[in-house]
Amino acid sequence: MIDYATYFASACFGAAFLMNMWKIATADAMSDRVLALDTMVINVIALLVLHGLMLSTEIYFEAALIIAMLGFVSTVAYARFMLRGNIIE
Amino acid sequence: MSLFLIAALPFLGACFPALLIRAGRNASAMSAGAVSLLALIGLLIHAPSVLRGEVIAARLDWLPELGLNANFFLDGLGLLFAGLILGIGILIILYARFYLSREDPMGQFYCYLLLFQGAMVGIVLSDNILLLLVFWELTSLSSFLLIGYWRHLPEGRQGARMALIVTGAGGLAMIGGMLILGNIAGSYDLTVILQQRDLIQTSPLYLPALILILIGAFTKSAQFPFHFWLPHAMAAPTPVSAYLHSATMVKAGLFLMARLWPVMAGTDAWFYIVATTGLVTMVLGAVIALFKDDLKALLAFSTVSHLGLITMLLGFGTGMAAVAAVFHIINHATFKAALFMTAGIVDHEAHTRDIKRLGGLRRLMPVTFTIAAVASLSMAGLIPLNGYLSKEMMLEEAAHTAWLQSTWLVPALATFGALLSAAYSFRYVAHVFLGPERDDYPSHPHDPGAGMWLAPAFLVSLVVLIGLFPETVAGGIVAAAAGAVTGGDLPEYHLKLWHGLTPAFYMSAVALSGGLMLLWGHAHLNRAWTNSPRPEAKTIFDAIVGTATRISRILTDRLHDGALTRYAAIFVAFTLGLAGYAWLSGTLGPQTRAPLEIAALPLIGWIGVIVSTVLMVAFHRRRLLALILMGVVGLVVSVSFNYLSAPDLALTQISVEVVTIVLMLLALNFMPKETPRESSPVRKTRDAVLSIGAGLGVGGLIYALMRRDFDLPTISEYHLNNSYSGGGGTNVVNVILVDFRGFDTFGEITVLGIAAIVIFAVTQAVLSGPVRGRLLNRKPDAPQSGDAHPLMMVVVTRMMMPVALMVAAFIFFRGHNLPGGGFIAGLIAAIAVVMQYMASGFGWAAERQHVPYHGIIGSGVLVAAVTGMGAWLAGEPFLTSAFGYVHLPGLEKFELATAALFDLGVFLAVVGAVMLALESFSRFAWQPGIAPEHAMDINPARDLDPKNPEEV
Repeated sequence: MIDYATYFASACFGAAFLMNMWKIATADAMSDRVLALDTMVINVIALLVLHGLMLSTEIYFEAALIIAMLGFVSTVAYARFMLRGNIIE
Repeated sequence: MSLFLIAALPFLGACFPALLIRAGRNASAMSAGAVSLLALIGLLIHAPSVLRGEVIAARLDWLPELGLNANFFLDGLGLLFAGLILGIGILIILYARFYLSREDPMGQFYCYLLLFQGAMVGIVLSDNILLLLVFWELTSLSSFLLIGYWRHLPEGRQGARMALIVTGAGGLAMIGGMLILGNIAGSYDLTVILQQRDLIQTSPLYLPALILILIGAFTKSAQFPFHFWLPHAMAAPTPVSAYLHSATMVKAGLFLMARLWPVMAGTDAWFYIVATTGLVTMVLGAVIALFKDDLKALLAFSTVSHLGLITMLLGFGTGMAAVAAVFHIINHATFKAALFMTAGIVDHEAHTRDIKRLGGLRRLMPVTFTIAAVASLSMAGLIPLNGYLSKEMMLEEAAHTAWLQSTWLVPALATFGALLSAAYSFRYVAHVFLGPERDDYPSHPHDPGAGMWLAPAFLVSLVVLIGLFPETVAGGIVAAAAGAVTGGDLPEYHLKLWHGLTPAFYMSAVALSGGLMLLWGHAHLNRAWTNSPRPEAKTIFDAIVGTATRISRILTDRLHDGALTRYAAIFVAFTLGLAGYAWLSGTLGPQTRAPLEIAALPLIGWIGVIVSTVLMVAFHRRRLLALILMGVVGLVVSVSFNYLSAPDLALTQISVEVVTIVLMLLALNFMPKETPRESSPVRKTRDAVLSIGAGLGVGGLIYALMRRDFDLPTISEYHLNNSYSGGGGTNVVNVILVDFRGFDTFGEITVLGIAAIVIFAVTQAVLSGPVRGRLLNRKPDAPQSGDAHPLMMVVVTRMMMPVALMVAAFIFFRGHNLPGGGFIAGLIAAIAVVMQYMASGFGWAAERQHVPYHGIIGSGVLVAAVTGMGAWLAGEPFLTSAFGYVHLPGLEKFELATAALFDLGVFLAVVGAVMLALESFSRFAWQPGIAPEHAMDINPARDLDPKNPEEV
């Protein structure tokens, strides 16, 4: 059962990844693109954890945690750049 | 005293005069003199045994794999030269103390002088030709500093540059020659090479080696056609000229010829190259010297001429000529150093060195006159002074030397040279000191204090003593040195004044009387000389250097005009060409590996990368969008590393990605947000062809590699097998970084630190220039919206900080066995701090940053270095790691490795470098008033008065 669940979830997150890609390519506003990139980071984390589940290894889990911890920093930096121009004031 | 110490003393002592100049000029001079004296005493302790024929040696293996050993040896020749260098060095130090004026930085002078002295002593004591080359280059460099000592004078700077170029180029040729020589002999040790005469002279590479080495020796010893730098080096202060051009620098080339005499001399090639060059130089130098009006130029060309004489003697290749050469080296050093010093005295007192403005100084400067007269007459070769003795020996040798078939050519030219030599020596006395007294000297001349004339007086007393009692005073050292030159038995000879009515005596008589006649007719000859056209060496030299500069500039500009596209295109085209050649000329084995199935996850990632790459081409002018697309690629690459079982790489990639984005955004703040359109369609086509070709090529290469097994076993096997047993860690990547390739990592963190400090320095330079004003008044490109420091962000980042630092610590400590390590931990810690900068502002964060980032970088490099050096205590090479297991109650068994300490160095260097770079970038944006009073725009505690803490 868990196999099917992980396959299904992977398919969903994979599709989400491609949709993020689509948004990055076509969005009107730059903020949409940044949001899409941020979401893409979340989706990639999910894919990574799912892949770890499938292989029953914990090594991906830590990597996912660290990506989660660092991934938002670039989003914040993009956001600050668009809002203020200067990211360290 | 150990030979190491003798060679090292001047280098070690060079700092004393530079420091002691604060205690006065006397202290500075005394310290320099004491250092030289100590080295001289150390040398003289060995003198008795060397004169008995022993050879003192001191050996130390330095880089035995390369044949480069710090081996020194002292034989007669070395003793003679080292004695001259140190002995005359002391006299020069005394003389310079009184010669230099108050405005001249004397500490610097003695410092350079001692450096030069050390390099010269190193040359003459080296028993390893590679070591000798090192000292050889050092003399070129230190003499550059000495010649250019008066750097406010353009002649000084130009003369120094010319000397450096000529002797440096010669040194380059000599390196080639020495390497060939060592290769033939199978060793770079001189004592070994000197035993291999037959092997070397029969080798087909003998001639190239000879020519290259001779170029080095000729440039150093100012032999024709490289003689022109020496007169221009006369722009130096007189003590420098006296030292460099009488006893030391220019004799280095002679020393080398004498040193290699046993294995190089005796062939036709040696005779015709060396003796002919010497003969030409002797005559040419003497002719020019006769017509020079500048005292120092006259002496410079006379030096060129006498060096030619010695070169010619060495070129004859007979034992007797070697004795004469050695003897003349001593004699020339004594009278020429004295002459230079008297020229300096005249210049110092009369304020001119122009012979036309001098004359009649005989009564005004009686002491100087006596010294100058004795030294000049010795140079002229007048009986009973020492110059006469060696000149007689030279003429005697020349008298029975045949050049090609002609038996008269060498003797005639040698006599002519001696005649000119006598003429300019007489002129030095007659036109400066004799004649009527004048009343238009630029300054009224009188004898200087004893400090200035003591040194030349001492030398002149040697001139007389050697002349009168040659065997007693100089016999021993001449025999020892000449024995070392010939490397064997010496012919029967006697150093004495009267040899009877030999051919040499008649030639000498002709030379002296002819010299007097030339002096008498000098005015007429001088007119003819001035009116005759002759090539000016400096113009030719400048033209050659100018042409070389132009050509290299054209070449550089063609290849590297500062535009990245230009040299990227050249690089890619060249690589493509090489790869194409390899493809066409090589063979490709059969595919041995089956392709893998394409799984769904990699496919998605692949689509992500390909789409963003295509989008990048389409949108690359919109720079922010390009950065976002870069983020996508970085993300996918990072998870691909994870997917392909490289978690270390994945962690590094994702942290580097974040830092890069932050850095780029900081820079983009000051740049146009759109890339301007600049490339022409032709260039675009060129770049497209190149980049598509390179991309396809790299892709194809990787595909071909992945489909085949390697021909040779890979090194990963070794690392996998030895990582745990040898490095004590199960994470092979980390063990490679901190242990197997620890030295590389050490170099890399050093470079990283240097790069960060350069960024800091450039920032500092830009911010202290006129740009600062523009930056301070800069208006933002786009309207700014929102809070500068939003509450949410500030709170979240502050809460994140300990968590992120804990993660960094965790990653650091487990790095040796599981994915992680100092580099990744450093990046994570840096990101944790950068978050504070972004959220709470530069001012807030900088206020709480107490340790400067330079210090963190420095301490990182130091920790790594000290860890590496710790291995020396255990008698192991640098960076050998050790590890052990510790068991503490309450904890599991854990490992302690020195590699972890090294990793700490890496961690610190990375944190410091990243932060220093980011901080420097963000300082560009600083403007007055940018830092708000409070870190958060809405600070819940802001209304509380901190002065009344009880209210809080």
